[in-house]
Amino acid sequence: MLPMIEALYNAPVYHLVLEALLVIWVLRLLFRKSHSPKDRVILTEAEKDELIAEWKPEPLVPPVDPMHPALHPRIVTGKAMKTVTVDGRDCLNFSTHNYLGLIGNTDVELAAIKCLEKYGVGSCGPRGFYGTTDVHLDLEDMIAKFMHCEEAVLYSYSFATIASAIPAYAKRGDIIFADMNVNFAIQKGLDASRSNIIFFRHNDMNHLEELLESQAKADLRVGSCQTAKLNCFQHASLFQDPKKAAVTRKFLIVEALYMNSGDICPLPELVELKRKYKLRFFVDECLSIGVLGASGRGVFEFFNMSVNEADLICGSLEYCLGSLGGFCVGSSYVVDHQRLSGLGYCFSASLPPLLAAGAMASFSFLESNAGKEALLHLENICKTAHSLFNELLLDLEQSKHSSPNSPIKHLYAKDHDDPEDFLQSVVKMVEEKAIAIVTATYLEKEEKFCPAPSIRIALASHHVEEDVRHLISVLNEATSALSC
Amino acid sequence: MGMSNGLKNGYSPEYMGMKTDKNHNWKELHNYEESRAHVSIVTVFLTYLSYIILCLLGYASEWLAKFGLLRNGLNVDPRFGENYVPLYFNNWESIFARHIYRRGREYCSRPICSVPGAMCTLKDRYTPDNGWNFQFTGTQTKCVNFGSYNYLGFAENRGPCCDSAKGAIRKEGLTLGSATRELGSGRAVEELESLVAEYLGLEDAIVFGMGFATNSLNLPALVGKGSLIISDQWNHSSLILGARLSGAAIHVFQHNNMASLEKVIRDAIVQGQPRTKRPWKKILIVVEGIYSMEGTIVNLPSIIRLKNKYKAYLYLDEAHSIGAIGPRGRGITDYFGIDPREVDIMMGTFTKSFGSAGGYIAGKRSIIDHLRVRSHASTYACSMSPPVAQQVIAAMSIIMGKDGTHEGIKRIRALAENSRYLRRNLMRMGFIIFGHDDSPIIPLLLFQPAKIPWFARCMTEYNVAVVAVGFPATPVVESRARFCVSAGHTKEMLDQVLSAIAEVGDRLLIKYAKNQVRSKLDCDPDYDCE
Repeated sequence: MLPMIEALYNAPVYHLVLEALLVIWVLRLLFRKSHSPKDRVILTEAEKDELIAEWKPEPLVPPVDPMHPALHPRIVTGKAMKTVTVDGRDCLNFSTHNYLGLIGNTDVELAAIKCLEKYGVGSCGPRGFYGTTDVHLDLEDMIAKFMHCEEAVLYSYSFATIASAIPAYAKRGDIIFADMNVNFAIQKGLDASRSNIIFFRHNDMNHLEELLESQAKADLRVGSCQTAKLNCFQHASLFQDPKKAAVTRKFLIVEALYMNSGDICPLPELVELKRKYKLRFFVDECLSIGVLGASGRGVFEFFNMSVNEADLICGSLEYCLGSLGGFCVGSSYVVDHQRLSGLGYCFSASLPPLLAAGAMASFSFLESNAGKEALLHLENICKTAHSLFNELLLDLEQSKHSSPNSPIKHLYAKDHDDPEDFLQSVVKMVEEKAIAIVTATYLEKEEKFCPAPSIRIALASHHVEEDVRHLISVLNEATSALSC
Repeated sequence: MGMSNGLKNGYSPEYMGMKTDKNHNWKELHNYEESRAHVSIVTVFLTYLSYIILCLLGYASEWLAKFGLLRNGLNVDPRFGENYVPLYFNNWESIFARHIYRRGREYCSRPICSVPGAMCTLKDRYTPDNGWNFQFTGTQTKCVNFGSYNYLGFAENRGPCCDSAKGAIRKEGLTLGSATRELGSGRAVEELESLVAEYLGLEDAIVFGMGFATNSLNLPALVGKGSLIISDQWNHSSLILGARLSGAAIHVFQHNNMASLEKVIRDAIVQGQPRTKRPWKKILIVVEGIYSMEGTIVNLPSIIRLKNKYKAYLYLDEAHSIGAIGPRGRGITDYFGIDPREVDIMMGTFTKSFGSAGGYIAGKRSIIDHLRVRSHASTYACSMSPPVAQQVIAAMSIIMGKDGTHEGIKRIRALAENSRYLRRNLMRMGFIIFGHDDSPIIPLLLFQPAKIPWFARCMTEYNVAVVAVGFPATPVVESRARFCVSAGHTKEMLDQVLSAIAEVGDRLLIKYAKNQVRSKLDCDPDYDCE
């Protein structure tokens, strides 16, 4: 105590004065009324009540056109196999996603029924709370082995699979390079991730390389706020400093077989680019597993590349495998993360065991001889249909880039003022001749880059050349009748 | 005491004006508030201390592993050494997952190999390396199942529901393979939609294949930029995701607190949109019927009064309350005796009370028509599976009595009796139980993180399967065990659980409210249970 008081006496005057001023300033700050931005205008209760009484909300939903086709759907009775009963009429089915003909397959149905007799229908809980049955674990093992990957994660809804997987890894501040033509589920995943999304033109590897190069240059530049000419495919926060770049994850998201255009991604070039620029590569193989490749293992087998080039592969059980649900496969490092962070996995009830058992039977079919035959049939009919559509169709055309291997064929109207209306009428007329086809439906206002209207043909291994020729002749009849 | 009909459950029309005294259930709400307040500061302190110790151990373990002094079962990045930006960083979230959650992981995601009914068979597994990996022992344990959502006991593998689901597989296959707006409208889904509308007493309904997707894909179709969503503090993550995806602004009010809700609404209308100050296009209040972690029942009469006063819209998520509450099993509106048309949008799922999967939204025809046209799920996602839809049709018909029996009413009454019996007895034993008397979800507070797996392990020794959860599903301090009562539980099973919990409770020192119970019994001899 004494040395302190001595020090006070011995200190120079200016020192003491400064200290005293400091103490006074601190006290002033402590007792001053803090500035709160909310205090700008204080309304009286009467004024508030007036504002509340004046406020008039919009109606909850806008009025809907009573003749909208969604309000008058075509009712399907019975199974959606090669022949489907639509509104009471038996039609040749070119609209159901059933590429290997597994809807109605007896083995699949028997497996589902047997599972139902043991587990009931619902799983009654999310995976974390007694909703995990051994059927789910077996199916995950089966998928992982089939795809030659370490681990698989099963989701109960195909839409939720990729839409939950992307935001589990990509957060605010990360950069995602995505193809323009990605499907709606991926777009919702991109929205949920809050990352910076940079779209590149569909399958245009030069454009992608340009964007990657400019991003790489920006990463090396010190300091932010660099302005440059931005086109609609770039985002202003592209430019950052190297320190930030070292913690910014970069992703590349493509579809193997695009639902919206029926073509295949240029996988070798994509893998080269992702290696060069160190991107995490996510591939959405919803349509390609069970379709592409000699044994149906997807786009990597199709291009003879190792599946380890992808960080994450998302697949679906709904399009090809005659069941419902989706899955993600990859290395354990990547996939295991979703068991805690995939929203659609943690907070949703698990897939009903009977659907999982059906999917297991489908995978067994795929690995059997009958499955390999079905794959061959599918490949043949897809290629045949591709060339027949190009040769014989009159007022409809395929896109130049559509792949002959794709079971999804988009037929666009040639030079029409109102293609959507025209195509809807074609569909109606074709249905009267007992063929069921659909136009591809989109939510125009919600899609980021809405595709052009088209008729979407879904081929299957049970279709033969006569069916396709019959379809073409009926389509030609309908389009010529409507054009006059 | 058994079930009460309509008004005798305590809610009378006066309740809408919130009179407090004679109301049996209003007293319950106060009781719930009180039990929160009487936790001793020592318990809270010890809980925080436990978490701090676990965190420090986690950081130490990471540090040691970095220098190779400690081996752990972490997965290695296959691109390690190739100059990629790491996919996960060493932040709090990953430390938590790897070192705190991992220690108790054995009792999470437990696989079963039977129907998830009132009894279930657990496939035993053990961890040779402290939670990093698991292996099956080869044995199975039959347990009383208090973990699955099976309120009315429809999780069965035989009976009329199963037979009709089997018939649907044979007649209509496992899937229609098409989106609803394309060629995915089947007979089963059409029948289900009209049955759901009839069940709820509303004009129309639309169904989807996944309950989570029902919320996350339809909220964006209902509100957009320029609108406001006012959501409860403890809303489910599907509602939060749907609200975020919609682009609307989100304000949060305190859980089930009507004063907080009114303040939020008033402030929102008076202030308008942030920055531009324009008036909001519309305000949507989003609440749940029964909250799955709290076991509380939403205060629907007050919310409806508020929504009518301020011209807001109401979205009610009845995931846990449809079928599980109300004298006829029609949910929250049935429980309070409110006309279901007062609620603008009623959403629910089929997973919990109907033993199936999927979700629905019901309301006025104009709203459902709008969703048929604008919903993301009906445009892009495959329609519901026919056997799954058929199971719901069969279960709902039984509840409505359409099969000519009284099975439905019997199940509803059994569920109500079971919930009340279990809850009252647990409270009497001195546990802190959250939630309202009539809710079939019974959360029992554990507090310390180590008690979460410990409780689950002890209960498994007594052949009872329960769910024990901690952070982040619940607030940090309030880890809990949750009992989901089912109509399929018999009195013997409930007594088995009660005797097991009594012993486990003494062993784990979780009877935090024992002293308060003793004092209550002293001054109110009527405080007793059936």
